[in-house]
Amino acid sequence: MELTSHQFKSVSSAKLKDVKLQKALYKAKDGFVVPRAKVVAELDNFEEIRQAAADVRDHGLAHLDVYLEEWEKQAQAAGTIVHWAESYEELNALVVKIAQDNQVKKIIKSKSMVGEETGLNRYVEGHGIEVKETDLGEYIIQQAGEHPSHIIAPATHKSKDDVADLFAEKHQRPRLDDAEKLTHEAREILRPHFLDADMGITGANFMIAETGSTVILTNEGNGRMTTTMPRVHVAISSIEKCIPTLDDFALMMRLLPRSATGQVISNYVSMTTGPKRAKDNDGPGEFHVIILDVGRTRVLGSDLRDALRCIRCGACMNHCPVYQNVGGHAYGWVYPGPIGSVLTPAYNGIENAIDLPNAATLCNQCGVVCPVKIPLPDLMRKLREKQYERNLKSSAEKWSLRLWAYLALRPKLYSIVTRIMARVGKLLGGDSRRINHLLFGGKDWTRHRDLPAPRGRTFRDIYLNRNKTTNR
Amino acid sequence: MRVGLFVTCVVDLMRPSIGLAAVKLLERADCEVIFPENQTCCGQPAYNAGDRLTAQQLARKVISEFADVDYVVIPSGSCGGMIKTHYEELLSDLPEYRVKAQWLAARTYELTDFLVNVVDMDSFDTTFQGAIAYHDSCAGLRELNIKEQPRKLLSHLAHVDLKEMAGAEQCCGFGGTFSVKYGDISSRIVDLKCDDLEATEVDALVLGDLGCMLNIEGKLRRRGNHKTKVLHIAEVLTGLVGEETE
Repeated sequence: MELTSHQFKSVSSAKLKDVKLQKALYKAKDGFVVPRAKVVAELDNFEEIRQAAADVRDHGLAHLDVYLEEWEKQAQAAGTIVHWAESYEELNALVVKIAQDNQVKKIIKSKSMVGEETGLNRYVEGHGIEVKETDLGEYIIQQAGEHPSHIIAPATHKSKDDVADLFAEKHQRPRLDDAEKLTHEAREILRPHFLDADMGITGANFMIAETGSTVILTNEGNGRMTTTMPRVHVAISSIEKCIPTLDDFALMMRLLPRSATGQVISNYVSMTTGPKRAKDNDGPGEFHVIILDVGRTRVLGSDLRDALRCIRCGACMNHCPVYQNVGGHAYGWVYPGPIGSVLTPAYNGIENAIDLPNAATLCNQCGVVCPVKIPLPDLMRKLREKQYERNLKSSAEKWSLRLWAYLALRPKLYSIVTRIMARVGKLLGGDSRRINHLLFGGKDWTRHRDLPAPRGRTFRDIYLNRNKTTNR
Repeated sequence: MRVGLFVTCVVDLMRPSIGLAAVKLLERADCEVIFPENQTCCGQPAYNAGDRLTAQQLARKVISEFADVDYVVIPSGSCGGMIKTHYEELLSDLPEYRVKAQWLAARTYELTDFLVNVVDMDSFDTTFQGAIAYHDSCAGLRELNIKEQPRKLLSHLAHVDLKEMAGAEQCCGFGGTFSVKYGDISSRIVDLKCDDLEATEVDALVLGDLGCMLNIEGKLRRRGNHKTKVLHIAEVLTGLVGEETE
């Protein structure tokens, strides 16, 4: 997917003014935050489960080479054909090759964020193969020619009315205004594609080393049809999704649906271990898994490694005050919100997403809801340090920081300067005691709000003077 | 006991009444208040901007200034969080300071935490009265677990009626330089905070952090709300609300 994170500032400002988007975001926020809080409160040991899950992910990542090899061994034993892709181009080309080898004309697809990373749909369509997204949200996005704005609810930025207009136009049918009827219409349109597709593509939430399985979680049943109905099934995933055992998977399942949608369990948990066996009634004749690296091994060896624990629940963005107000598209790549603000620069280069780690209040709401305890604010701060070290900060910010540091390290001078500032500030505030028009850097503050004025004297002056008087 | 007051750079410059209120509270609890006069800033702005070296210099300065006290008390969750939860990491590559950072962190308390959990203060000399809401500042809440402490203190005030506001734990959108670098977003977030506050219909919003205070008060006034006061909890607990301190 094309990276547009450098436009964060202008795009986010536009998104704040988009009334329809704001309405959709407001609705989505309550739709995620409230249900999650409810199911989390039902567990009396949620914090212990979080810690255990973080530990399992850390262990898996520390020995990723071992578990990936074990996974490959088990998967191959079950008849899975395993591929490794070091670049987006390589993954896309592998998919097309598998399709061409099997004379595939039509592909049905269940959602995959790795597929978004590689720009898979466009590539495959460029080779004359039809691709149908089957997750309702992804289907909407595909019809609209857009990108997902959220990792588990790709069309969350769209209102029911948007979808009604879109379907009426694309389906050439009378406009419906009921969500259930719209869903039925999509289902009706998609059903024949499920029946005559030659190949199914899914992502994989996890790869389980113990059994060589891939797992997907869905709520609509489209995933299960995608993995079982076509002749060929290709799952695409990335190396960090590998976990050691089935027990570890059970642990993740206690956290992932709860953190994501506030469900105790997803409607469908589909585990795929190899292609159809002789005695099976359903299943693909061929099962391929393509595992992507691109950036992961580099992050694994860096101080941003904790980000690889991510299990893609979306809780960090659902709870982020910035995401809640600007939506996912502003972030300019596949993963929005706090985890996107770490992964986007980590995978695409720090210099290509300067704003993202800075566009955060570091409120740590993301950190406390993350089911695998990724210290997202700390990671964003580390990225800021790297920006500073590489001289990627704006000169205005750098120089104001230097001036301030110069003073803060010289207490005598500092006390004189602050004494003057307190006096001038009081004068500027006047009778109203608020400053509504500052110059230079302060302009960016007073453009949006007043500044309560200083009171004329610093604490230091008042307190030390008071003590002098008493001691006399 | 010797209690070092780290007043914070923003209180020092913008709202000295909070520092005076903190002194009054500590003296009421029979603490000997020590105010190292060379103190400036905890280093958080540099730390959050990625300037680790400057942050380290300021952290070392704070550590040496408060080497000689039993406790350090700070009327701010944000600066308290910096010292208690970040200094050790910040100084992790300077072994001789790492232990000192741990030592300081263990002795450092956010003001309300100190009043409740160290000196167990339950009576206050204040003239303040009215209906209030409490805003839980991010660093205080999520780094230092400051949640019940201010509420417990406020519950001792007979003429104060605490009403919980919706979204009390939601960030106000300040975020240090975020408030000016991403002004449009920050402004929207604090607008939502003001909406929640105004819907609660109180005389004052009370909180424990200066960044949130300047941001929320500044936004309220810009919106034309000149009625709802924005006060630091130390001001409420002592009745020292600004004017008389000048």
